[in-house]
Order: sequence, then structure tokens, then C-alpha cells
Amino acid sequence: MLSIRDLHAQIGVRKILKGVNLEVKPGEVHAIMGPNGSGKSTLASVLAGRAGYDVTKGTAHYLGDDLLALEPEERARRGVFLAFQYPVEIPGVNNAYLLKAALNAVRKRRGLPELDAFEFLALIKGKMKLMQMDESFLSRGVNEGFSGGEKKRNEILQMAVLEPRLALLDETDSGLDIDALRVVATGVNSLRSPERAIVMVTHYQRLLDYIEPDFVHVLSDGRILRTGDKSLALELEKRGYDWVKQEASAA
Amino acid sequence: MASTPTDLDALVAQKYQHGFVTDVESDTLPPGLDEDVVRVISKIKREPQFMLDWRLQALRHWHTMANPDWAHLRIAPIDYQSISYYSAPRARTDGPKSLDEVDPKLLATYEKLGVPLHERARLAGVAVDAVFDSVSVATTFKDKLSKAGVIFCSFSDAVQNHPELIEQYLGSVVPYTDNYFATLNSAVFSDGSFVYVPKGVRCPMELSTYFRINAANTGQFERTLIIADEGSHVSYLEGCTAPMRDENQLHAAVVELVALKDANIKYSTVQNWYPGDENGVGGIYNFVTKRGECRGASSRISWTQVETGSAITWKYPSCVLTGDNSVGEFYSVALANHYQQADTGTKMIHIGRNTRSTIVSKGISAGRGQNTYRGLVKILPSAEGARNFTQCDSLLMGDKCGAHTFPYMEIRNPSAVVEHEATTSKIADDQLFYCRSRGVSEEDAVNMIVNGFCKVVFKELPMEFAVEAQNLLAVSLEGSVG
Repeated sequence: MLSIRDLHAQIGVRKILKGVNLEVKPGEVHAIMGPNGSGKSTLASVLAGRAGYDVTKGTAHYLGDDLLALEPEERARRGVFLAFQYPVEIPGVNNAYLLKAALNAVRKRRGLPELDAFEFLALIKGKMKLMQMDESFLSRGVNEGFSGGEKKRNEILQMAVLEPRLALLDETDSGLDIDALRVVATGVNSLRSPERAIVMVTHYQRLLDYIEPDFVHVLSDGRILRTGDKSLALELEKRGYDWVKQEASAA
Repeated sequence: MASTPTDLDALVAQKYQHGFVTDVESDTLPPGLDEDVVRVISKIKREPQFMLDWRLQALRHWHTMANPDWAHLRIAPIDYQSISYYSAPRARTDGPKSLDEVDPKLLATYEKLGVPLHERARLAGVAVDAVFDSVSVATTFKDKLSKAGVIFCSFSDAVQNHPELIEQYLGSVVPYTDNYFATLNSAVFSDGSFVYVPKGVRCPMELSTYFRINAANTGQFERTLIIADEGSHVSYLEGCTAPMRDENQLHAAVVELVALKDANIKYSTVQNWYPGDENGVGGIYNFVTKRGECRGASSRISWTQVETGSAITWKYPSCVLTGDNSVGEFYSVALANHYQQADTGTKMIHIGRNTRSTIVSKGISAGRGQNTYRGLVKILPSAEGARNFTQCDSLLMGDKCGAHTFPYMEIRNPSAVVEHEATTSKIADDQLFYCRSRGVSEEDAVNMIVNGFCKVVFKELPMEFAVEAQNLLAVSLEGSVG
């Protein structure tokens, strides 16, 4: 589904990704872990198409197409979703409005009929229950005055509504208390399916207690140094990242 | 009396973008302005003596005045002697004969704005004879109004049929000495609209240019006078979201509103005159004086405007709150894109006791546009217990535009409560990316963000107008990002 080969990316002259390789198949859940500044969020941003990053080398293919050649909205319409680390506030634009516009843009691309207001409401109310969100949320401005936890829940709600094929979760656990983390994890787990792949970027093993990955990768200094299963995350939790670096440089 | 056909093109720095021929065949005075010109205008319009006297006083006063230069605007000098001050409206023979002859680009714009089919022809300047639908609609409306006792007619008709009302109210809110452009208008205004709503009458419909069709071609010096008698209600819609064909570069209109005791006037404007091209060439200069007086106790005047057109906008719809407990409101969205310049705002003059005013101004700057809010809140010593709330927000798109805010306050009564809030924000790349990463196109994302910004003002517009205004912003901002 997603195939990343020798990906290099930089901001200005600062090289951040220095040859990332990653294969993601449908149904898989991958966790990308690594210390601060290792390039985790950059990887997610480059895949979603955020401006400001120069890809200097390498490729990323999604369902066989050159992902990096597509506009961000086209990536979204084809099923790539990025849950933001810092969701943006858009005052005056209500959540329901943005989400309905987004859903219909995606549906249109998939050749499905657009939903009218009633159909949309019926759909979203079910999803909101899952995310334990109050209905008043719909008429509030996008992320306007939301707490950290509300913003993250909103990201997962959007994901639940848009039903992406490839979900990129950028530090979705950061800033969440344990209860909010559970709600978010429940939301994500409900979206696990054989057709859908999830790539989570995270600092901490904590998230992985709730969303169990099939693969864990350690990203450090712009490269994936090690890949393993869930036990790798536990080992990282115990031993930190340094030993991975040392082993890699020794090799 | 001179009546040589004159080429009006001389007045226009650039031809209208849609490439119409503007060689209007009509009775037109030669360019120039002196007392004879004013006499001729008054005579053609068969005006009573008081009107002529008033016009002449205005002209004499105008000669003592200078072009104002305090606004935050760059204005090329205007040669007032090169303008023709009277052109008799005639059945247009110069325009396209049917919609087939109209520029497809213009038609595409109408399509996007959702302008009804029969309206498009009129707006595109298709000869009026070809448009019967609208006229019959207008007639139906007129019947309904006259049953309610509402007078709604052209200014010229009002001068003929209701001279006593004109004499009593003309210039009573905007005196002919008021300012350079209002004074010029007083001397030479050609026509406009007149509304009188009798005591206790709630006007049965929104009064709009839609059925003012016959009076629509009133030229560059338009004058509107609306009188709401005691306890009456009226809502007036001015302008149109669709781009209007117009060959005059200089517009200097005057609007006067008078609200008597317990009366309520709501005046909504959507202005979308030709703003000039992307390089700032051409475009209408719009210098308007709009003022309403809440003359009676507990009266209310509310201005709502959406200004997206014109190369230069110089406009401050104001309220003079004379009556005790009267209310003035001003809700504005002003957009300056490309090289447009807007200097707009309001004045709230509190005279009566417990008078209240609200100002909500939303300025959007894009391209190299310059948007200025200029407002005055003045509380006189007599205005015991006066209150004002002002909110000025600016939204910037790109890094070559500008937003400026000049709020003036003169508070001369210690019991007054005056609040002012101002914000300036940029459409952040983050916001755009967020929307796009959800599948929303960049253009839709911009519209969404801008409409969110303007929401509180759009809420004040009559329903159909609000929808049109949203579409209009979208069309006006096309290509302003990326």
C-alpha cells in the first residue's frame, strides 16, 4: 500500500530524513518511534504533503502511484489521512461544515453520491458517540477553544468519518491524560481493518499498550535503524534509544 | 440647452473589462460644471424653485472646498471639468442584443453567483426592451406597496409628486455643506430612490433594486432618501452581487435616512463595482456619503454592507442618535484584493440619552489590497448613559497587502460605556493545509476560512442576500492564494 524508498527530505538546508525505507501493507499497524528531532513528524508531514519540505531523493508510492507528486487534497481524497500533532483552530467555521465538505470531497473522488445534511448528521452522530463527544461540538468552530484532549479526539473523529485507507497518526498520544488516551485508542482500534493501514508516530511506548502494532521501527537521525515487533517497543522503554544507535553504528 | 452626443469614454480611464462599447447615444451635456449646468439639470427635471436654489447653494459652496486628502487612499487627481453632468437615460441601443452576444466570462460569473436567468440579461446591459419579466414583477410589487401606503419611487418622481416631503427632509441629515463629494452630489445629482413609510406601517417586503429596475440607470451622482415615520419598519437592499455594467469612473452618491419615533430602518448594501484589473488599472472610484438620523426616541437604524468592488471605496455609513434610547448599528465586510483600496467605517454620534451603538467591521486584504477601518464614536455631553461596542477584525492573505485601523473616540459624558476590540490575523498556511489534508481544495478552504471570519456580519443580511454575499466573496477572492 505504502512503499517508501531511500527518502531524503530537508527544510531549507537542514537535512532531516536521510534515507528512509518502509513498506506498509493493508491491515498492518506500524509504530515509528524515536527520540526528539529524529524526523518522525517530518516523515508524516512529507507523506501528507505539507509545504516547506524539500524531498531531495527517494520515492514514496501509495497504491502504486507517486504519492509525492499529488496535491495534499488529492492525497486525502485517495485515502491518506494525517491526524495532526497540533490540530489547527479555524474560528467561525464550524466542525460540522468542514467535516461535511471534507467527506463529500472524498466521496466524490470515490464515485459515491454526496451526503445531504440529514444523512451526514445521522452518520456523524454515531461516530461521535464512539469518541464520547458532545453534540454541541458540531456547531463549535473547528478546534476553537478545544482542550488538548478534545482536539485529539476530534482528529480521530474526522478519521472515523473519512474512513481513510492509510492513516498517519502524528503523536496522537501527546498531551493526553489516561482517560482521553483510552477514548482515542478505542476510536483508532475500531478503525482497524484488513483494508486499512495505520502508521503511528510516537515518543512513548504507552500508546502501544492500547493500540497494538504489528511492527515497531526506530527512527533516529533520519533513518530507520531497527525494525521489530511489539517487544522492541518494550525494550526501548527499558533501555532508551541509545543502545539502538550504538548497535547501528557498530554494525 | 446643449444636446450633442458626447463620447463618455473620455471619463473612463479604461474600458470596462468585459469589453462593451460605451458609445451611448443620449442627450448629454458637454463636459464642465458651472451654474448654467446646474440650471439646465434642474430645468430638464422640471424641478420647483426650492430645488434649484438648493442645488445652486451647494455648487457655490463646493467651489470653496478642496478635495479631502485625509483618507488612507492614493487617488489620481480627478478633473471635474472633464465630466459631463447630465446624460438623459434612453432606451439603450448600444448594448448587446441578447445574452448570446455577452462575454462568456461574465456569464460564467453570473452562473457562479447564482443570478437568476432573467436578471443576467439586465445586468449584462442587454437592451431593457428584451427583458419583460422583471418589469411585470416590478408592477406587481408596486401595487402591493401602494396598498400599504408606502411611497417607493425614483427621486425625480418624488420631487414632482411629493415636493413637500422632499423640501422637508432633503439635506436634513446630510446638509449640502457636509463634505466635498456630498456637496458636489447636492449640486448635480441626477436621480435616485425615494422611500416614505407612513406611521405604524411595516413595509410588506424588502425594498430592493431588483424591482427598481426603471430607476436603476441613475448614473454616477445618485441620491437616496428614506423616511420612516413613527413606528414604521423598512428594510432596504441596495446594490447587487453581480458585476454591473457601468461606464462612469467617479461615483459620488448620497444616502439619507430619517427614522422618527419608534421607527426601524435596515439598510443593506452589497457593492460589487468594477475594481480595476489585476494590475490596478481602471475601476470605479466610489465616494459615498451615507448617514441616518435616529430623530425620534427609541428608533433604530442598522447599516449592513458587503463591499467587494470598486478600485477605491471611501464610505462611512453613520448614525446620528438624536432620539433618547435610539440604536445605531454598523456591520461591515470590506474586501480589498489586487490593487483595491478601501477606506471605510462608520460614525456613531450619540446625542440622546441611553443611546446605544454597535460596530462590527471585518476587513479582508488580499493581493496588494489596502483596507482601512476608520471610525468615530462620539458621545456628546447630553448623551447620558450612552453605550458603544466596537469590534474591528482584519484578515490578511499574503504578504503584500495591508490592514489599517483608525478608531477615533470622543467621549464627553462620564457615564458613557465604550468598548473597543480589534484583532488582526493572517490566513495561516497551517489552516489551509489542515483543510486540504482533509480533502478540501485550496480555493474552498480559503472561502471557508474567509466566510467563517465574516459570519457575524452575514448573519445581519437578509437571507437570500447572505447566500449571495458568500458566493460573491468566493468569486472576488478567486486566485488570491497560491
